[in-house]
Amino acid sequence: MSSVHDAHVPSLSDAPEQLDFTVVESRDARRARLSTGALIGVVGLVLAVLVFSTSGVARFALSDAFADVQLPTIELPGAPVVAVCAVLCLLAAAGFISGRLPGRWSMLAGIVAGLAVTLGFLTWAAAGKDLPFPVANQLAGTVFTATPLILGALCGVVGERSGVVNVAIEGQFLTAAFAAAIVGSVTQSIPAALFAAVLAGVLMASVLAVFAIKYLVDQVVLGVVINLLASGITGFLFDQLVQPNSRVLNSAPTMDPIPIPLLAELPLIGPVLFQQTILVYLAIVSVVVVWFLLFRTRWGLRVRAVGEHPEAADTVGISVKRVRWQAVLVAGIFSGLGGAFFTVGSVGIFSKDLTVGNGFIALAAVIMGRWHPVLAATMALFFGFVVQMASQLQTLNTPVPSQFLLMLPYIATIIAVAGLIGRTRAPAADGIPYTK
Amino acid sequence: MIRPVADEAEHGTGLQLKSITKRFGTFVANDAVDLDIRPGEIHCLLGENGAGKSTLMNVLYGLYQPDGGEIVIDGAVQHFANPKAAMAAGIGMVHQHFMLVEVFTVAENMILGREPGLVVDLKAGRATVRELSARYNLPVDPDAVVEDLPVGVQQRVEILKALANDAAYLILDEPTAVLTPQEIDELMVVLQRLRDEGKGIVFITHKLREVRAIADRITVLRRGRVVGRAEPGTSENELAQLMVGRAVDLTVSKQHAEPGPVRLEVENLTVTNSAGAVVVDGISFEVAGGEILCVAGVQGNGQSELADALLGNLPVLSGSVRLDGHDLTDGTPKRAIIAGMGFVPEDRQHDGFIGSFTIAENLVLNRFDRPPFAKGAALDLEAINGNALRLRDEFDIRTPEVQNLGSSLSGGNAQKVVLARELSRELAVLVASQPTRGVDVGAIEFLHKRIVAERDKGTAVMLVSTELEEVEALADRVLVMYRGRVVGIVGPDTPRDVLGMMMAGCSYDEAVALAAAAPTEGGDR
Repeated sequence: MSSVHDAHVPSLSDAPEQLDFTVVESRDARRARLSTGALIGVVGLVLAVLVFSTSGVARFALSDAFADVQLPTIELPGAPVVAVCAVLCLLAAAGFISGRLPGRWSMLAGIVAGLAVTLGFLTWAAAGKDLPFPVANQLAGTVFTATPLILGALCGVVGERSGVVNVAIEGQFLTAAFAAAIVGSVTQSIPAALFAAVLAGVLMASVLAVFAIKYLVDQVVLGVVINLLASGITGFLFDQLVQPNSRVLNSAPTMDPIPIPLLAELPLIGPVLFQQTILVYLAIVSVVVVWFLLFRTRWGLRVRAVGEHPEAADTVGISVKRVRWQAVLVAGIFSGLGGAFFTVGSVGIFSKDLTVGNGFIALAAVIMGRWHPVLAATMALFFGFVVQMASQLQTLNTPVPSQFLLMLPYIATIIAVAGLIGRTRAPAADGIPYTK
Repeated sequence: MIRPVADEAEHGTGLQLKSITKRFGTFVANDAVDLDIRPGEIHCLLGENGAGKSTLMNVLYGLYQPDGGEIVIDGAVQHFANPKAAMAAGIGMVHQHFMLVEVFTVAENMILGREPGLVVDLKAGRATVRELSARYNLPVDPDAVVEDLPVGVQQRVEILKALANDAAYLILDEPTAVLTPQEIDELMVVLQRLRDEGKGIVFITHKLREVRAIADRITVLRRGRVVGRAEPGTSENELAQLMVGRAVDLTVSKQHAEPGPVRLEVENLTVTNSAGAVVVDGISFEVAGGEILCVAGVQGNGQSELADALLGNLPVLSGSVRLDGHDLTDGTPKRAIIAGMGFVPEDRQHDGFIGSFTIAENLVLNRFDRPPFAKGAALDLEAINGNALRLRDEFDIRTPEVQNLGSSLSGGNAQKVVLARELSRELAVLVASQPTRGVDVGAIEFLHKRIVAERDKGTAVMLVSTELEEVEALADRVLVMYRGRVVGIVGPDTPRDVLGMMMAGCSYDEAVALAAAAPTEGGDR
């Protein structure tokens, strides 16, 4: 036997070795670390300044006034707590800037800083007020507000895992909300309204699928166009059709909370998780379902393969286009349910562009959640928390302009995200049309 | 030794491609190609890039539908609507660019497309991997994530995947392009074993040396047609002539180097990639005017990053780069260009060339912003065009019109454009990475001559190459890199097996000792 290179070495096949280079901090990583530290530091300084305008006791009510089991209202000394939070932030900032934090600790520091900002800020806002800050309402409201975000994020995750970028979640929401309102008004039936919403979501998804998968249109541009289309069509129909007959066409029933026996009685947790509408339960179940579909089933394996390396899937006999079609349509179910939230899930009536950017927040949750259903849902909860907190704080009458109040939670989000999430990696073929 | 096309015998058994024709628009990729593959043979399909080898095999694997001709297996005509049908008929394929999902484990890749149930059962997948590993003696960890595996092992997974449904015929498309010399040897052993078990193997390549080492029979394709069949004993020159269609000079004739003063000095250079891995680790070397320093190493050992850092395209962590006494450390590409650096990037399509620009524009990409190609803020189109016409003739760029888009050029001609652009001005140093990758034999000859000519003008040349042939042909000195470090700097006449072992991380002394301990069998040189 002749060998090509006449080289004889001990077999390399015994130990498949890797090219492991020493890892040091790259310039980009250093810049990210320093700017995270600086941002946390600035927020810490702001908190430190706020210590001087904090007076009295901050009270946090763990259960609302009507709960059967009354939990105590926690009283925190205002200035000291804000001061401690400020110090924690500054310590975390120092940790980031010094660069002495090993991997896991920097994550912990990010979490601590995020929590400290939130707590410090809430304490400052609630200190010296007559009304306590309603913790139970805040948490229950978080889950409620996050429901469409969770469903929208699941829609994004399923579609993008298969390689189709979905910027049109907003448009799918809007169409589904409209369909739910009309059908709900006409039939006065919640199941019928939900069904109509899902149908509308899937229909809009099929528009995305046709142009993205069949006609290979740039998916971001396509998504923007679909959003405009949805806004235009629903707006037009609303003006021409719904508005003049709003008693018949825009009076959908709304969902009532369905308390789950026994569990609903639990203090604090009960009202938060087990006294919600059917749509909220559906959203929570959907997270588990999507996780199982993606990571435990044949279909999920194929969806992920098609989103990572479509050629590889093709060569083992998987139809890339078919799997992508399926994924986009299945994703449409979730955006449809999410859209229903805005009408039958909450207020019952449709108004123009009533989804106000929730689809885009869901998209942000997809990316920050690294295209993972559970992480993305967690991010959606985080956004829900932020939105809910902003509205709670406005009722507390803080001395700061409300716009500022609305801003600070987002800063906390950025910090937490910067600390928690380092490298994000999209599915390799995300957004790339497949042609042979 | 070369037989005419016509006398290929008809066989009742085995796999036959009869008169396969495949067109893409007006371009005929395969023109009535006949090929027969018998069980228990290694059949080499030899041809230049673009000769139609991969197209033919994609037709056989069901990825393309032929416009004419038929596929016959054991006497029965087959129609493969998709790869699944081809697999079912016993054909397995190992693609040049691996068809593995990088973020999946080996087991997940193995079951993809043939999952037994609706719910994924990874236990079964692992068992399949272990069983196949044992049966074909190709060890691989079923739970390893593919992207963490070295390329040779990834290829092993591809082979196992192809064998998983009892393939009788195995197609390997340019399987050695990404492997180290040692991995290539191992692959050869594996293929020979599979052949002895009775598999029919198609080995696609454009490397003559490999063909001679492993082929039982050889079929040569040129411009979509079978131009000849040859026995394994055929000489490299004969094969090359058949492949290119004219006599090719495979050896580069060059004078002994006469190194002048040192021009490029690199000291203790350390570079990290964006993930922070130290990919170039304290490297020092010098290149003198009038010599070619080859940086040899297996792909991914820091050579690309070294070249990028010299250009100023990657941040430098520590160390220094000096060109003719000017400090270029951590500079910008523009500074490097002005200081006289010519740069041929490794990935021509991505970094060296803009397909949607005209050929004339591509030829001035490094200098379009100053005279003679710019008048103030405006481009001097006449000068740009004149420059293009001159370079087209000088560098034999085969295009009817320099105003054609760059994407209309073949790989070899595109590379000529890149080299022409870089060499058409006075250079202090030429840094060229893989200048002949994906380039056909005829163009390689030309590119090599130009690089040697540039050296003889007194330019310092640093050439990054993973091809030992190229290193041997061009180097005046060889710097071997392994895991970001310099293993050693050796002379050009260092034996191939010693170089190979140094590329796997052995020091020069160790490599020499190992080479002496293992008796060579005369080899093919």
